[in-house]
Amino acid sequence: MATAGEAATAPIQKLHGAKIIAAIKQAGVDHILSVPDLHTSQGVLRPISTDNQLKLIRVCKEDECIGIAAGLTYGNIRSLILIQYTGFLYAINAIRGVACEQNMPICLMIGLLQKEPGVLPQNSKRFGLRIVEPMLDVLGIPHTLIETDDDVERIAPAIEHAYAHSHPTAILIGGRAI
Amino acid sequence: MINRAELLRFFATKITDEIVVATYSSASDWIDIADRPLNYFSAGAMGLASSHALGLALARPERRVVVLDGDGSLLMNLGSLVTIAKVAPTNLTHFVFKNGSYEANGGHPIPNAGTDFAGIARSSGIAKSSTIHTLEDFKARANYFLTEPGPVFACLDIEQGPLGPREYAYMYRPEQRQALRDALAAGK
Repeated sequence: MATAGEAATAPIQKLHGAKIIAAIKQAGVDHILSVPDLHTSQGVLRPISTDNQLKLIRVCKEDECIGIAAGLTYGNIRSLILIQYTGFLYAINAIRGVACEQNMPICLMIGLLQKEPGVLPQNSKRFGLRIVEPMLDVLGIPHTLIETDDDVERIAPAIEHAYAHSHPTAILIGGRAI
Repeated sequence: MINRAELLRFFATKITDEIVVATYSSASDWIDIADRPLNYFSAGAMGLASSHALGLALARPERRVVVLDGDGSLLMNLGSLVTIAKVAPTNLTHFVFKNGSYEANGGHPIPNAGTDFAGIARSSGIAKSSTIHTLEDFKARANYFLTEPGPVFACLDIEQGPLGPREYAYMYRPEQRQALRDALAAGK
């Protein structure tokens, strides 16, 4: 991974939303809870909205997702929360109180809007992006960065582990999904 | 004005296998009256009771889910009314106890005690929204609230109750959540 300055010359590798969606389904997720995120809008959310195997619940604010996802676990329904990193930052108290302190399998897919291609979040020029991973670390939430198609294979195991061991997890979408 | 504890004592005689989602002062009163496995206490983040309840209603469509919310709590999550209206779970009943104050946080007033919560719910898309001013009116409509296809919303005008903080550790303990899971698994 490059620094923000080096990224300008790095080749941009592709990340296909269809592969992300397949991985989500592979993990047994059938409910998607979302506030639209420009970063994942076309590649992930748009196709999910017309996918009859996934039930999309559009919410008004990101912390709603945390409560809904918690309630869904009482029917053994697996859900994924698809939001932007700004929404993650907004919802931190709900994540702290529900997902972390109650050890709930809350699965967050967080779009890193405007992250420079090929640059690690902690090296981004953008303050908001640099603090995402440290915040997850403070919360004790395991996280994985999905930058290209090669990384997508990590999505399903992360979700499976969260449900098997009842803990939250975060999947950071660094590449712009197409 | 309705005495909340009195209303809940009556409500406890009407419920059977419903999941009751309660938060803050309503939860404190409820657990004193009906400490049961099918209770779910919304903990961790104020305002999310209705969202927890929506998830539960979708997860357990065979059950009625009843939310005992507060006015201060709902003000922190008004968008949930819009979400609930769109998802439209037929098994969800949402009560909001309106006393115009953050009772659990020292009794300070909510920003506007004149807020028409039933009006907000209705304009959010929950057509079956009403305001209840007396215990007699609530008693008369209790069966409706528990059987009418939802989502159903009612704002209950109540008196100020005891000021918090009250005991939360007992209701929020992990064993309570496990008891609910066990009861649901056993079909109780």
